[in-house]
Amino acid sequence: MTAHGAIVADGRMAFDRDDDDKARRFRAAALPYLDDVYTLARYLLRNAADAEDAAQECYLRAFRHFDTFRGGPIKPWLLAILRNVCRVEYARRNALAGVQSESLDAAEQCAEGLWADAEATPEREILRRFDGETVQRLIAQLPEQFRETLVLREINELSYREIAEVLAVPVGTVMSRLARARALLRDAWMAEEKGTHA
Amino acid sequence: MTCEEAEVLLHALIDGELDAGHSREVETHVAGCARCAARLAAYRDLQQALAGGRLRHAAPASLRTSIERTLPKPAARASRRAVLKGFFAGGALSAAAAASIAFIVLRQDRDGYILGEAISAHLRSLQAEHLTDVVSSDRHTVKPWFNGKLELAPPVIDLTAQGFTLIGGRLDYIDGKPVAAIVYRRRVHVINLFVGQDLGAALPTRRLETVQGFNILRWREQGMNLLAVSDLGREELEEFGDKFDAAARAERAG
Repeated sequence: MTAHGAIVADGRMAFDRDDDDKARRFRAAALPYLDDVYTLARYLLRNAADAEDAAQECYLRAFRHFDTFRGGPIKPWLLAILRNVCRVEYARRNALAGVQSESLDAAEQCAEGLWADAEATPEREILRRFDGETVQRLIAQLPEQFRETLVLREINELSYREIAEVLAVPVGTVMSRLARARALLRDAWMAEEKGTHA
Repeated sequence: MTCEEAEVLLHALIDGELDAGHSREVETHVAGCARCAARLAAYRDLQQALAGGRLRHAAPASLRTSIERTLPKPAARASRRAVLKGFFAGGALSAAAAASIAFIVLRQDRDGYILGEAISAHLRSLQAEHLTDVVSSDRHTVKPWFNGKLELAPPVIDLTAQGFTLIGGRLDYIDGKPVAAIVYRRRVHVINLFVGQDLGAALPTRRLETVQGFNILRWREQGMNLLAVSDLGREELEEFGDKFDAAARAERAG
């Protein structure tokens, strides 16, 4: 009885020890990317309170599944988890609102033949004129799949391969979505410029 | 190359994702096509306007705290003793298992943890734009700044002439205890030199390790632990150690 009890006690302690070590490794590896996770959540959910909840849930899940992380850069792994958390939140919102997910067709259409020639003002100046908040708003208005691709590239600074991994799509899809995303953003930027001077 | 192909590939070009051969092809096409050249220039401008970090959101401190709270706490000293007590009492474990537990308890536990903490502190300092609390290349400004904030007087040495520019100091935490972080820069690389007491194993000599892609040089002097963390190459970090050591010795002598 005594021996058995000791082994059980040891087993539990060894488990605690592992868990403790795991927590330390996780902390050191994952916590430095909290700003990246939170930033993506802000762009995907477009709401600070929901973004905090999503980031919290992301770290909870990431820690639970840390054993399945196979090494390499951890940032794409974390962002993929965050994105899944956000998709659950989308589904919940849509169910609440009783709507289908954002229409992609409309976005695809408006990205066609989008290129408008720049006006007299050099583009460079137009692009620099807006403050961070305005740019954030313009990005927030992009359709979901273009928005996430653009944010992962320009703000989270992931490579194409890493983005493909996060979105679970081929690299070619990443490239075409990014091309569309930039065309849409540039268009929105020009429209904003016209609006502010109208 | 057609304009249609170039339109997609010029994004890969500005993102630095194209190999040399394809880059040349796109550039050749753009050189002979005003329409594509205008697009390339416009997207380059767009990319520049998005860069610089102003579109990032900093996670609120409360979020960081609440995530920290959900993770298992590092075990206190008492529980470490409990592990040892547990296996002595049980007596059922083999010598090898005992040795490996001792290894975990004594080395991983403390030393590895400290190194992990030092790397986290280094990363935090780079990401949060909180590299320095006191910005100065004058050691006579940096050194007194630590007075009253720590129970030790960290050696602050100006190595600018030796190629490592002192850029300031910061109060940081390793293992929940305040430490001095003295910040140097070499080219674009930052070196955080952490100075504290009881930071990991008592090493007889200086030791260079690579952990999670960072180089860490540690040594002891005057009863203090010093840990230099950087993404600098091993040789250059060793050089930093040599220069620091020589200057510290000269200072004590003079």
